Amino acid sequence: MNGGRGAGSEGKMEADRVGVEKKINKDLLGPVFGFPRNFWKASGVLSLVVFAGILAFVWLLINGLGVAGINRPVMWGFFITNFVFWVGISHAGVMISSILRLSRAEWRLPMTRAAEILTIMALFTAALHPIIHSGRPWRTMYWAFPYDFSRMLWPNIRSPIIWDVTAILTYLTSSAMFVYVALIPDLAIARDRASGFARSMYGRMALGWTGTSRQWKLHGIASVLLAGLILPVFVSVHSVVSWDFASLTSVEGWHSTVFAPYFVAGAIHSGVSAVVVVMALMVWFYGWKDYLRPRHFDAIGKLLIAIAIGWFYFYILEFVFGMYSLEGPELAMREMVTFQPPWSIYQIAFLFTAFLIPVSLLLFRRVRRNVLAMFLIGITVNIGMWFERFLIVIPGLARKQPFTFVWGTYRPTLVEILIVAGSFALVFLGILMFAKFFPLVPLSDVKEGEASRGEIQIGRARFKATLQD
Amino acid sequence: MFKDQVLGLCRNPETAAQAVEALENKGFSAEEYDILTATPYPEGTFGESRHRHRLYVFPFVGAVLGLSVAVLITVGTQIFPPIVTGGKPILSIPPMIIIMFEGTMLGAILFTVIGVIFESRLFGPKLGLYDRRITEGYIGLLVTSSPERVTQAEEAMTGAGVQEFKRLPAGAGGR
Repeated sequence: MNGGRGAGSEGKMEADRVGVEKKINKDLLGPVFGFPRNFWKASGVLSLVVFAGILAFVWLLINGLGVAGINRPVMWGFFITNFVFWVGISHAGVMISSILRLSRAEWRLPMTRAAEILTIMALFTAALHPIIHSGRPWRTMYWAFPYDFSRMLWPNIRSPIIWDVTAILTYLTSSAMFVYVALIPDLAIARDRASGFARSMYGRMALGWTGTSRQWKLHGIASVLLAGLILPVFVSVHSVVSWDFASLTSVEGWHSTVFAPYFVAGAIHSGVSAVVVVMALMVWFYGWKDYLRPRHFDAIGKLLIAIAIGWFYFYILEFVFGMYSLEGPELAMREMVTFQPPWSIYQIAFLFTAFLIPVSLLLFRRVRRNVLAMFLIGITVNIGMWFERFLIVIPGLARKQPFTFVWGTYRPTLVEILIVAGSFALVFLGILMFAKFFPLVPLSDVKEGEASRGEIQIGRARFKATLQD
Repeated sequence: MFKDQVLGLCRNPETAAQAVEALENKGFSAEEYDILTATPYPEGTFGESRHRHRLYVFPFVGAVLGLSVAVLITVGTQIFPPIVTGGKPILSIPPMIIIMFEGTMLGAILFTVIGVIFESRLFGPKLGLYDRRITEGYIGLLVTSSPERVTQAEEAMTGAGVQEFKRLPAGAGGR
């Protein structure tokens, strides 16, 4: 050890820099190496709800799809509504991580991983629903994968169901890869703080990361490359899901050419709102108010206004163009949804919760900077967006078609309600479990933000060195 | 030829940049030293030279492979069943495009990940000469060279203000 520079004020600055990084490690790895206050309560409650959902699914397997409320002509019910809803939520991660990364919005840094994990859990949960809806999950293997060489049974690639499988598996794999690559430096930090078996596991997952300048450079390039590559997949996934409906020309309200962009915009709207909910929970549950500050909520609130208006434009477009054709059955379906209860009540609830109330409130800065208000807005938007999916799926089928001699409406059963509730619990339980083993806020991104913080002088004015919004 | 390693630990980027300058003044090439950090500082922060890589090739290779597999699957599953089509075309192009697009993107993304692991030399959990404090904010300067040159590097870094060193003799296993 040699004496040298680093004395006096410079020494204090140096100590502060190391101190800041130590504090970031301690704060953000806290839930990994310890247990948050209500961890067991939260995971216990969520596990119970998931278990109830699993029991309902087992009941459905034993007794067949007859225990669900679907019947002719409404053969798509809660499961498909929930499938579309969760695929929509899964658009959160890419919106926050890819688009904001490519646009260099600095405020995204602390929330990227939570959004990405929400994406993975939501997509995984979404993928379960068509399998559950099939009633005979093992048979979905024949439909989806070309493996039965002996009987010459192949998937029908003309079916939108196969497009769904392809798009969702691509998006799920890509999102998982995106998360893993971003996680490698943080796994190295966890490795250096862990001991015994945990150290060995984190060491293996970190692949020998030491943070050389070459590794960081390639990590940065890979992040941008993956962000750019995953964007078209992100657009394709909900477009393909919309074609599940749009390709069925015989159902009113479904055969719309604007469905793909309408679905993608709606997905971003509900996904980003769900990120707001997760952010608020992170502040309350993990006490990360120093990392998720009012300015982060403010920025995402502004983003939500823009997204909501964009989505609403597509909604109006879809509604008006549907009527513009002046087709009798289409007009009758629109009239039913607008004027006949209970559809009209759902429609009003959806318009108020998904757009009118949240956007009106988000215009106020004080609301955007209030964690509780933002949490409630996020929940409200997602209630509305769930209704929106419900109103897309059911009314078109529920209206009596020509030559349909057996018809009726749809009432969900307890089995369906429990499975839907279980799906919500599964997503949050998945995020909770991920946060138990891996950092939910990207440490290296937060450190990068800290390192690049500061001010520059231009003329007589001083400006922040990092772009904030 | 066996090489020694020395790891200097700095507490701030300024000292690290001075140490890199001192190493370059002593004639050390970019291949002989590396900078280890837990924070992604912008390239060139420490005055290090730019790294060359071939990461951009990987997504293209992956895309071509993904497209090929998707074409095989979509064409194969339509051609293999002995269906009588009465002269109508067997292959349905629009759905093929959807699946080929997804296959192409999946291949490109998977190969990008393989590329970053390969190009970053992330081949296993073994770390070499390393110090856990690097993930707590210290900046490591790792010099790999002959024993005499490593001694020179240590002296140069000491002159630049680096206060702590760890040394690994040639042939010794790192942790």
